[in-house]
Amino acid sequence: MSHSHADTIPVRVVAVEQVTPQIKHFIFAPTGGGELPAFSGGSHIIVVMRGAQRVFRNPYSLMSSPNELDTYQISVLRVDPSRGGSAFMHEQVRVGSELEIAHPVNLFALAKLARKHLLLAGGIGITPFMAQLHDLRLTDVPYEIHYATRSPEHGAYCELIAQAEPQRARLYHDSAAKFIDIEGLLSHQPLGTHVYVCGPAGMITRVLETARALGWPDSHVHYEKFSAPPTGAAFDAYLDKSGIALHVLPDQSLLEAIEAAGVDAPYLCRGGVCGFCRTDVVAVDGELIHNDHYLSDEEKASGKAIMPCVSRARCSKLVLSL
Amino acid sequence: MNVALMQEQVYRGAFAFRNSPQAIRRFPLPFPEDRYMYSVNIEPHVAGPAGSVIEFPIDCDEHYVEECRERAVVLAEDPLRYQALPHMLSAQWDTLELGMHSLAQSYPQHFSLSRQGRSWHWINRPLGLDQHFSFGDPATLPQPPLEYITRQLQGDWVIMDQRDNDLWAEGGMVTGPADWSMDFDIGMSFKEWHGPVPLGHEMGVFDRALKFLLNLRLNEPVRRLNWTMTVHPRLDTSPHNYPEWGPERAAVTAQNVADVLHLRTELQGLWRLPRSNGIVFMVRTYMLSLRDVASIPKWARRVHRVLRDLHPALVDYKGLTRHRPTAVAYLAQFDDGAPTTPGTAPE
Repeated sequence: MSHSHADTIPVRVVAVEQVTPQIKHFIFAPTGGGELPAFSGGSHIIVVMRGAQRVFRNPYSLMSSPNELDTYQISVLRVDPSRGGSAFMHEQVRVGSELEIAHPVNLFALAKLARKHLLLAGGIGITPFMAQLHDLRLTDVPYEIHYATRSPEHGAYCELIAQAEPQRARLYHDSAAKFIDIEGLLSHQPLGTHVYVCGPAGMITRVLETARALGWPDSHVHYEKFSAPPTGAAFDAYLDKSGIALHVLPDQSLLEAIEAAGVDAPYLCRGGVCGFCRTDVVAVDGELIHNDHYLSDEEKASGKAIMPCVSRARCSKLVLSL
Repeated sequence: MNVALMQEQVYRGAFAFRNSPQAIRRFPLPFPEDRYMYSVNIEPHVAGPAGSVIEFPIDCDEHYVEECRERAVVLAEDPLRYQALPHMLSAQWDTLELGMHSLAQSYPQHFSLSRQGRSWHWINRPLGLDQHFSFGDPATLPQPPLEYITRQLQGDWVIMDQRDNDLWAEGGMVTGPADWSMDFDIGMSFKEWHGPVPLGHEMGVFDRALKFLLNLRLNEPVRRLNWTMTVHPRLDTSPHNYPEWGPERAAVTAQNVADVLHLRTELQGLWRLPRSNGIVFMVRTYMLSLRDVASIPKWARRVHRVLRDLHPALVDYKGLTRHRPTAVAYLAQFDDGAPTTPGTAPE
């Protein structure tokens, strides 16, 4: 049995729309027909893009309704300079393109015990909230959303949000010198309110610092941070016992590279926890990058062992006892 | 004899529970080696060999009907064996979907599920159920969704909410536990729930397991095995009815040990739930008498060695103190000291 890659879902692009000068909106349908997996608001997917030279794996928030699973919708902000993924989505992907996506993951979930939800969006950060609003409309818990953009022209979904939430949405545009009054908002919330922020790094920092200064418990303050799979620079490895040399690609795990070389390495969890794939390091002409939760700090510092399912090296050659 | 009485006395009273030869061979032996200690023995819950208990995501075996009936009997006596906090409703529906989808896919001759949008039609032939309902609308089912589906599943089921970097046991159906209680544990965090387990906390097992589960992904369920021993094939060894089963532990003798003492394996499965972002925890129990253990030479040797050399803290925690010597003495006659082959297969 091989489980070196999590299952991905093949999808076809059924619609593309340029919604602002920098944002494109994409609709995916499952290539094989039927429904896509159910998810909760705040989830993201990894979109696998097979470019001519290399493979990109970028996370994007799902913005469509969790109750409609015929399609998924995402929005992609063109990042400049792009590391490759957003440029690929903007330039290469069109209606009919086929992509692969990973199953949704939610690192930005609504708190089910909240007495009130306060949602703060900046720019493209609106996307996870658009899915969450569908979930929130089905509950009795009060909520409000504050959505700031550079200008109406750059506000991808201002009209949509204003129409869907006439009582609960407030829009702000930098161009009109209208800004979210973070301190004012966070100072006057009922006990049990949870605040959520997704937007530019500066906005997230301001919300977190303001909340802390005002005495909000950390458990009631949520922000979106993508946990990309641990990737890094390519490096070479040598399996001492098997006598096999291999090359680990930037977005390939060491374990995957070992498996691709035809060596049956032990593993269980593939998540850096169980300790099963622990491998002795014979030599390394650089630095080990430990991403696991298994080895102790002392073991990590010793450089004598590595968990190849999640960890890698910044070196030209890593020699393993395999 | 009264048929209904017989049916209710499989896991209690007359203890009519028996394993067929096939059930014996597919028993999930929890000992891959001749000795046992805790580890984070979590692995992907992917399909195993045909006929094994891990061939399908949710195993449905020859005890299905009698185990569901036992659950109904326990619930009739003690309705609090099923509980769910109000915010767990979406996790309840998630679990219902998992159960129905899995059974219908794995055992189409016994179960069928058809969906038209939110209108679902469920047929459970072994239990004679035919239910039309609207997914997401609890008023269209005879019981809350978690209770409804778990009355039709073997094993105990707990649903957990994920928040504050922790997992909270906030709903479940627990009628066949190895001495723990949903009524006691409901609302507890992961480490509170595991509080009574010896050694594991010091070993950091629960820190690592929690970190791992917080990152559990959709479509990538995991499993592990746990074990204990039970006198008689009694599924419901809960704290609530300790007066019934506690004293039985003192009644194991050299004469009856082979038939009354059972190795009890828990196949534990964990799935990320899609709509609620919660996790469902399955504890599926398999029981095998020591006589049936001894019918497989490799298992007799291995279980003998594991029990003989078990850490004292685990002997105590698993409630084996009184009858372990009797069990070891019984199994010793089958252990010629020969090495055992790796893995748990019967050979």
